[in-house]
Amino acid sequence: MIKAELKSFSNISAEKVKDSILNRYPAKVARKRGKQIIINRVENGDQVPEILANSRTIPGILTMRGCAYAGCKGVVLGPTRDILQITHGPIGCGFYSWLTRRNQTRPETLSDANYMTYALSTDLQEDEIIFGGEKKLKKAIEEAIALFNPKAIGIFSTCPVGLIGDDVHAVAREMEEKYPEVNIFGFSCEGYKGVSQSAGHHVANNKVFTDVVGQLEMRKEGKYIVNILGEYNIGGDAFEIERIMELCGFTLHSTFSGNSVYEEFASAHNADLNVVMCHRSINYMAEMMEKKYGIPWFKVNFVGAEATAKSLRKMAVYFGDAELIERVESVIAAEMENVLKVQGEIRPRCEGKKAMLFVGGSRAHHYQELFTEIGMETLSAGYEFAHRDDYEGRKVIPGIVVDADTRNIEELTVTPDEKRYNPRKKNDEMQKLESAGFTFNDYNGMMTEMKDNSLIIDDLNHYETEILIEKYKPDIFCAGIKEKYVVQKGGIPMKQLHSYDYSGPYAGFIGAVNFYREIDRMVNTKIFSLVKAPWQESPELTGSYVWNK
Amino acid sequence: MRKIAIYGKGGIGKSTTTQNTVAALAEMGKKVMVVGCDPKADSTRLLLGGLVQQTVLDTLRTEGEDLLLEDVVKPGFKETKCVESGGPEPGVGCAGRGIITSINLLEQLGAYSGDNILDYVFYDVLGDVVCGGFAMPIRDGKAEEIYIVVSGEMMAMYAANNICKGIVKFAESGVVRLGGLICNSRNVDFEKDLIEALAEKLGTQMIHFVPRDNMVQRAEINRKTVIEFDPAANQADEYRKLCKSIDGNSNFVIPTPLTTDELEGLLIKYGIGQ
Repeated sequence: MIKAELKSFSNISAEKVKDSILNRYPAKVARKRGKQIIINRVENGDQVPEILANSRTIPGILTMRGCAYAGCKGVVLGPTRDILQITHGPIGCGFYSWLTRRNQTRPETLSDANYMTYALSTDLQEDEIIFGGEKKLKKAIEEAIALFNPKAIGIFSTCPVGLIGDDVHAVAREMEEKYPEVNIFGFSCEGYKGVSQSAGHHVANNKVFTDVVGQLEMRKEGKYIVNILGEYNIGGDAFEIERIMELCGFTLHSTFSGNSVYEEFASAHNADLNVVMCHRSINYMAEMMEKKYGIPWFKVNFVGAEATAKSLRKMAVYFGDAELIERVESVIAAEMENVLKVQGEIRPRCEGKKAMLFVGGSRAHHYQELFTEIGMETLSAGYEFAHRDDYEGRKVIPGIVVDADTRNIEELTVTPDEKRYNPRKKNDEMQKLESAGFTFNDYNGMMTEMKDNSLIIDDLNHYETEILIEKYKPDIFCAGIKEKYVVQKGGIPMKQLHSYDYSGPYAGFIGAVNFYREIDRMVNTKIFSLVKAPWQESPELTGSYVWNK
Repeated sequence: MRKIAIYGKGGIGKSTTTQNTVAALAEMGKKVMVVGCDPKADSTRLLLGGLVQQTVLDTLRTEGEDLLLEDVVKPGFKETKCVESGGPEPGVGCAGRGIITSINLLEQLGAYSGDNILDYVFYDVLGDVVCGGFAMPIRDGKAEEIYIVVSGEMMAMYAANNICKGIVKFAESGVVRLGGLICNSRNVDFEKDLIEALAEKLGTQMIHFVPRDNMVQRAEINRKTVIEFDPAANQADEYRKLCKSIDGNSNFVIPTPLTTDELEGLLIKYGIGQ
């Protein structure tokens, strides 16, 4: 108990903050939110309290969440450049999911296909809602093929498409018969499907697995061939990771999906290892590839210099080649030199400052590493769309209640591929690694690595954000665009960890340095103390209405 | 202008009853418009002497914005005005949205205002009110009176009772009221008593009992209402009686739908029970 007290934050009682949030809610809402707002306590190394996650948002609450279409089209498929993506729906869905995540890409030559600079949509009108939109979709596909001649086309369903019952899969099949050289596939990622964007991630994983992965037999040159899953190249993160991979001597076969191309996805089953960055959005793919092709996977994190080093070491140990291990160590040593220099310069200015992170399904966890490296503490954190395993660790998966919302998303039954299943590590090799402390299929969740008494909040909303800011007065708050200006108007610097606020990369070693400098700039700025709100400077004007009788 | 919506179970004879009633009203010199709210677009066939060639939604698709009222309103028997909403083929798109679009468009085009002063507008709606679109004609500012076509068959009565549940919802927030049940006889035992009892339970009236007569079939094969096909026939007089009852009706209520048990009890009492 005393130990827990010592580890907790100064004089703010998480219990009291939780109470002050809940006591404004109606009883039923308070009961539900009470299970989603948890005071952290880590026991026996990895035992944490149960949190309610991936559950429907209560109507009326200003949630941070997005929709299934955003998760499928925006997040998972958005960052790949040569799968031509057609949004089947009214124009808004396609337009507002177009590059707004700041996912970057870098075609190798000027003539390489890159469709990310285009937003393609069927622009459904009332007429198509009434008479059905399949004909217009077919026409859009034909136009797209005539204009771009792409290798692959993805069709993304929006809400009205589900309501009127357009069969995008039938259209995809029909058009593929007509254009056999183009791989055409549809996603049933209607926005309302599921409680958050998480449903869209799963829909995307399923379709890419069944219709893309395994379509091409191609293996890149190299000894240590890996796929990185769940890295979306926001602000150029993937470029930095690619740089490090090359320095270390790993061959990056494909990234799902930052700076990626179709042929890398289609041949991804030829790699020897899958490493998972964003566990929430892509663990399905890792598991399915392991079952079908025998590729082991484990969790990595390239956000934070230490975390990057740790992940690289683990990858080297997996391949077990002394030369590789040595090369990785020398890369880490060389890269850490500058990292430590900048850390040393910045840490004294940031030490002891407090952060809050409410973002994503992995990001709220990953970025705590970077804050820790410059001496900052995380008071409170939570995800928008994560599941219990992302909070409590994968050990709780067997106990997660499968509710109707989850059943609404197809769960594929995967069996080993008759010809191509090839376990990359033999049983005894796996056992040898595991007995030496190596873990596969692992993710311990965010809560196990956070301090006792920190507040863990799933699906935070605007009202609760205001209470947190008022009670904790953090030095920086991290979330997305919907939260940004509410927080900044409260006088607290706000960092977007979806889009990086026009900055980046933040991954890897160079990214860590960028982040330290950015956070230093933000938490030490005087701007918020220099700016006065009008009511702080001049008296409030009062008046009354006058009308002519 | 009286705005009337006709509802009832699919296949009960809504369109036939509506068109014969409209023909009788036209015969009396009333100005009447019929708006067919069924994607099949067959609600005005007897008045027009054949299926309408261009529905509102078809015209909207081909003409776009430049749509004239004359393009969609066709003159039928004795200058009745006939409109079909139209809609998608079965299994495609959203027919309900089509009805909403089409009714809104008719209003925008001034189908019921300005020079187009009418005595009556009839909305003939697809049998089952499967979604919000098919409730459009009874939303605020549209139809104000509803007549439900029913017979002594159990499922028809079920449907009538369900439609009443829908009417309650819109009646409480607006002006729409139930004007009565039209019994389109199927020669079921004790049919008249049964429907009168149902009407009483619902708080309304059986406004007319239309007997079964093969004359209706013969007229339909000739693409005509009975009124037009054989004005001297008995059945023509039945429709004239129905028309007069509606024209003189002042009994408009918010219905009191029955529970399933009550409804089944009624059927047992008048039907199988005897």
